[in-house]
Amino acid sequence: MVKWTDFERATIQDIFSKIDYDVVGPAALSRCLIVYPWTQRYFGGFGNLYNAAAITSNPKVAAHGKVVISGLEKAVKNMDDIKTIYKDLSVLHSEKLQVDPDNFNLLADCLTIVVAGQIGAAFTPEVHAAFQKFLAVVVASLRKQYY
Amino acid sequence: MSLTDKDKAAVKALWTKISKGADAIGADALARMLVVYPQTKTYFSHWPDLKAGSAPVTKHGKKIMAGVAQAVAKIDDLSSGLLDLSELHAFQLRVDPANFKTLGHCLQVVIATMYPNEFTPEANVALDKFLSNLALALSERYR
Repeated sequence: MVKWTDFERATIQDIFSKIDYDVVGPAALSRCLIVYPWTQRYFGGFGNLYNAAAITSNPKVAAHGKVVISGLEKAVKNMDDIKTIYKDLSVLHSEKLQVDPDNFNLLADCLTIVVAGQIGAAFTPEVHAAFQKFLAVVVASLRKQYY
Repeated sequence: MSLTDKDKAAVKALWTKISKGADAIGADALARMLVVYPQTKTYFSHWPDLKAGSAPVTKHGKKIMAGVAQAVAKIDDLSSGLLDLSELHAFQLRVDPANFKTLGHCLQVVIATMYPNEFTPEANVALDKFLSNLALALSERYR
């Protein structure tokens, strides 16, 4: 069972209450597709991903970015049992989407950079550490059902 | 994933914008790494204070960024340009090269907090590639 300190709990709730989901979700996904272009392999049906401008303005990418961040919100609301909450998502990513789980870390890094850009100086090392821990738990839970 | 001319131009352009704040970037990135990835503290057991703003962290952050500046200057041939630094890290410091990626990530997070408008996705990919190549050049003399 993951143990959260009061600071970590408060920090995660605070971050997710401050950020604009409609901005952060699409920004994180499009940044991932741009910085780590091999991740585009999972989005063959999304149309034009030819360059950074195309990816950033692609409506399917934006829509999916919102789906991803809504998925994260589930974890934010259930911090004490992310593993159970994510069981179906893990099976989905493993069985149906067949995503290499190392990609979860790539998206997590991009999300961190986008959130850091939004929050600025308030994204102190301690806040960053709490966010990093949260994402590590999310990634581990998403990996859990892979075999 | 070697650097294209476009990557090099993007890195140099970003560096022009952020180099004045290099000392602050270095200090924040190092302090941040020690907090977010506590296993990295093992390399600094000889420091009396590992906190952000402390003298050793501030001084060392500056040193790290001087290395990054050297790499930007030698961007056309990082392996030869960073040979001295590689020998230092390989034979004296013996830092596990996996940590280069960790510090690289922290550098990018700090740049994102301080220069959100400049650190576009295009600048991000160029810098990420550059830091990966820098790490590779630093590992050159390890074995």
